[in-house]
Amino acid sequence: MKKILNENINSFYPMGNTYYYYNEYSNFFFYFFVLLGVSFLILALCYIITIKNPYNEKNSGYECGFDPFSDAREPFYVKFYLISILFIIFDVEVVFFFPWAISFKQLFFFGYYIMYIFIIILIIGFVYEWKKGSLDWD
Amino acid sequence: MFNYNLYFEYIKNIYFYNEYLIYALSLVLVNLIFLLLSIAITTLLERKVMSSIQRRRGPNVVGLFGLLQPIADGLKLFLKEIIIPSHSNVFIFLFAPVFTFFTSIILWLVIPFGESVSLLDFSYSSLYLLAISSLGVYGIIFSGWSSNSKYAFLGGLRSAAQMISYEVTISFIFVTMIIMSSSFNLIDFVLAQEYVWFIFPLFPLYFIFMISALAETNRAPFDLPEAEAELVAGYNVEYSSIAFALFFLGEYSNIILMSGIASIFFWGGWLSPIGLAFLPSFFAFSIKVSIHVFIFIWVRASFPRYRYDQLMKLGWKTLIPITMIILYFYSFILLFI
Repeated sequence: MKKILNENINSFYPMGNTYYYYNEYSNFFFYFFVLLGVSFLILALCYIITIKNPYNEKNSGYECGFDPFSDAREPFYVKFYLISILFIIFDVEVVFFFPWAISFKQLFFFGYYIMYIFIIILIIGFVYEWKKGSLDWD
Repeated sequence: MFNYNLYFEYIKNIYFYNEYLIYALSLVLVNLIFLLLSIAITTLLERKVMSSIQRRRGPNVVGLFGLLQPIADGLKLFLKEIIIPSHSNVFIFLFAPVFTFFTSIILWLVIPFGESVSLLDFSYSSLYLLAISSLGVYGIIFSGWSSNSKYAFLGGLRSAAQMISYEVTISFIFVTMIIMSSSFNLIDFVLAQEYVWFIFPLFPLYFIFMISALAETNRAPFDLPEAEAELVAGYNVEYSSIAFALFFLGEYSNIILMSGIASIFFWGGWLSPIGLAFLPSFFAFSIKVSIHVFIFIWVRASFPRYRYDQLMKLGWKTLIPITMIILYFYSFILLFI
């Protein structure tokens, strides 16, 4: 009787009753490598089957029909750099919102007041950035 | 002494595990094939809808009503030569399209297509979406830098700056959704809308989400990286053949994904409207996604392009403060419900 019960349990769990480290993330790694392999395979397959006929003009960088005047790794506008720094600050702020958001119903008014103080600090920084003109793009 | 019992147990588990792997492999490949098919249909839909809006015919030669046009295009791209510019960094140059395509298809693992129809179900799927979609910027940076072409470099910079600016807004919208459903799981986002879809209480947020989604996917009217008059084609100027096609597929996959997220967040995901509950759940979801894809195309055909400073001003000075205020306002209301 006990044996039959055990077999029934085993049929429910296809992995058997040994200790596999199996949880909801295990499939993710499998899918991750399969999809990465597929993406590489598409490119590799095309690279193998196509006919290649390279020559100097074809392989030069595109610059409206001219030969490229200079290397493209030039200094660029500093605003791009500034935007990415601002993004990092804001993203960290958003990360602070997540634990508050998930425990909103438990913390209730307490969490609300704490977040009120946090948002005031955030707004002070935001106004400073605005007044300094780092959000302008001229 | 050799333990036979344990050995047999091991063999049995290997067998079951292999069977399971084949099952999982077939699932993910079928998912991928249908994703590629839907991308093909979306490109055809875009050309057809745009042509109808501009009162012309659009593709109608290949196949019935031009239905085979995207397949013909894809086949042609697949058979062309991959040109590698002589001054480029070859490894990064070839890795960038693969990476872009990979990050855009791996996002689909957590999307609930219907009631209990999703490849992965774990409790932090919304954080997963945010994390992987911010990795997508790297593909663009890689391609812009490694091409060693001025157009590609400037296009890549513009595109990256635009995407990270609007990501903040989208993150704030995610936070609002997490408060509304008090869970990180996308499936709980849908289940929280059982009585009322979030579009009704959160309409302004839906509007902001659609604007940010347009900017995030580099679509018109925010297609600054591909502004034809200035930058030829943006970060993918130097790409040809399947390398270009991978960028293209990634972009359209992201468009469909954004439509999917919009319908999960605001239109109740797989939930059917009252009176239509007899429909299968994935049917309702696909109808909602199709409507959003149509909105993306409609916007492209209707609105002129933004200037770059206007784009940044809209992102940083308008949308971010508004989403912050809306988030705090709704959390205040939730305290009294």
